[in-house]
Amino acid sequence: MKRETMIWTIVLLIGAVLLVLNGALRGAGQAYVKEVPMRFVDVAEPGEVRPDWIRYDSEAALDEELCVQPFEQIDPDRRKEWTRTEKAERGEYLTARATRPNDNPYRVSISRTIGVWVAALFTLFIFSFLYKDNPLYKIAEASVVGVSAAYWMVIGFWDVIVPNLFGKVAPALVRQWAIPGLEDPPNYWYLVPLILGVMLLWRLAPKGAWIGRWPLAFVIGTTAGIRLIGFIQADFLSQIRNTVIPLVAVEASTGTFDFWASAKNLTIVIGVLAGLVYFFFSIEHKGIVGKTARLGIWFLMITFGAAFGYTVMGRIALFAIRLEFLFDDWLWLIDPVQRRVPVDPETLALLSSGPLAALGLA
Amino acid sequence: MYEFLRDLDRRWIFLMMFLCVAVPIIVIGLTGETFPEEPTDLARAVFHAIDDMPSGSKVLLSYDYDPASEGELSPMATMFAYHCAAKGHKMYFMALWPVGPQMVDDTIENILKRDFPNLEYGEDYVNLGYKSGYEGVIKVIITDFTELYTTDTRGTPWSAIPMCEDVESVQDMDLLINVSAGYAGTKEWVQYAVTPYPKLRMVAGCTGVQAPLLYPYIPQQLHGLLGAIKGAAEYEALVTAKYGEQMARRDADGNPVVDEEGNYVIRGKYTEGIRRMGPQLVAHLLMIVLIILGNVIYFIEKRRERRR
Repeated sequence: MKRETMIWTIVLLIGAVLLVLNGALRGAGQAYVKEVPMRFVDVAEPGEVRPDWIRYDSEAALDEELCVQPFEQIDPDRRKEWTRTEKAERGEYLTARATRPNDNPYRVSISRTIGVWVAALFTLFIFSFLYKDNPLYKIAEASVVGVSAAYWMVIGFWDVIVPNLFGKVAPALVRQWAIPGLEDPPNYWYLVPLILGVMLLWRLAPKGAWIGRWPLAFVIGTTAGIRLIGFIQADFLSQIRNTVIPLVAVEASTGTFDFWASAKNLTIVIGVLAGLVYFFFSIEHKGIVGKTARLGIWFLMITFGAAFGYTVMGRIALFAIRLEFLFDDWLWLIDPVQRRVPVDPETLALLSSGPLAALGLA
Repeated sequence: MYEFLRDLDRRWIFLMMFLCVAVPIIVIGLTGETFPEEPTDLARAVFHAIDDMPSGSKVLLSYDYDPASEGELSPMATMFAYHCAAKGHKMYFMALWPVGPQMVDDTIENILKRDFPNLEYGEDYVNLGYKSGYEGVIKVIITDFTELYTTDTRGTPWSAIPMCEDVESVQDMDLLINVSAGYAGTKEWVQYAVTPYPKLRMVAGCTGVQAPLLYPYIPQQLHGLLGAIKGAAEYEALVTAKYGEQMARRDADGNPVVDEEGNYVIRGKYTEGIRRMGPQLVAHLLMIVLIILGNVIYFIEKRRERRR
């Protein structure tokens, strides 16, 4: 075995042992949920076509005659019951376990715990590329691509095709199986984009690929038109207006000369003019034009520097949140949000003196 | 020394960057100590745009980002929601990014439901969800919401949502708040909403990459801007300074906890941005040192080549 391989094998083995110990002894990496019973009752009057579901334990239910009787005695066709799981924190779990051990709605969620571990391991897989390309990185990369593609397909169907096409052309049908609140009457104008969509897909057919060019031309034309107006209004005309500013600024409250505001305005005007001169290539950059263009380059360089600085800041922030996730959610080394602290000191005292403390869980 | 630095494997630099980010996170996580933040005029403009409006004002919050930029943007998204809720504004959440609704759900679960249990869905806040079409969505809802938003994310019809009764289009909003990670985002909101309808007021929080591109819109087209995590930290400082009592940790009797200097001890979920400025500082110092070293090595090498 190569020396490098041996060192890495030993490091990874030690890491794995520490991880197992951390998980087994401290419960690190566990995720918790709260089970919330959801009980709904249909309070629609006899003869009404559409059901009217309200929560059995809500304030609105107090006014309903049907909700006076115990939930179990209501006609099964007019009641629905299920359990919803909500994200919870370990602190809440510990508190509930100490204060209401026989009726604890909190529990460890196996699926969410697996999610935390998968997320943590995939983060490490991606980071491993910084050392060198390896199969673990490839697995993570391929998974991201696959999951993203599938997610976009699902979103495309449920958020675009169902509400924007089916919901417009056949709202009654969609109301029955997808969007119960849909109230609009049919709008058959939406058949036009359907036809354009089918024409676009024609590109995949062995013959008649030219049919796909018509909807493509429509898309390019409308997009270009919309963008053109947006840029001319917001970026061209408005930016000219934003540059027309007083070079001698006066403080509004006192009416005196404001040196810093004047300096800022002067810098903006000179920067814009110098930058424009740099991009003006019809005149040779010599003499006063050359010097102004050179000043323009300085302004551009300062802008690029600021952009680079901001980009570095953004990237470090992204790195920081991944490390926070690893140290907080996965390894439980830190707890800045106090998520794993039981809610009140009384409970904390109870836990500290009990058997949980001996196991290192308090 | 020169040869050592010139031939230094880039993986040592990665390791140094890891340590510069990891050590402050652990130290801040364990001690709770953070660096003080002095808010700039831009952060103050954002704060006042929200804070100076009367209670009950209508605010459209468009969360146009995904988990890839959560590190930079979730602190400001959290704080926007808290600030609006604390002021009693009506919040209309929407998204131009497919994963945006999950970001909205996170904010609703972690902030509104936990810290403002009295707020009613449909009365005080509503989640309108994601619509595909990027700037096309803005173009449509700027004149008519119901053309695209026939229901909210729960499937409730627009007409059955009490807080939507007197809302016809984006023009009925008193303020637009955009949290943006790229296209479609703040630039498109400025282009297709604020510029053609100058009566609309808008503030935004954006990633660092976008910030330099959005500065030209200030102040006429964009009333305030939070640039990256620094902007988020400044805004957090402003909001916690005003609403510290409500945002503080509670003792057993439910009273806000104060430190030795008499300042409120703010709950960790409201200081995410301020906490992340610690690693920023150390990592930026490393970057500056590396840039200086890189230039020194470059000039030494150039001089040696000239001598040869």
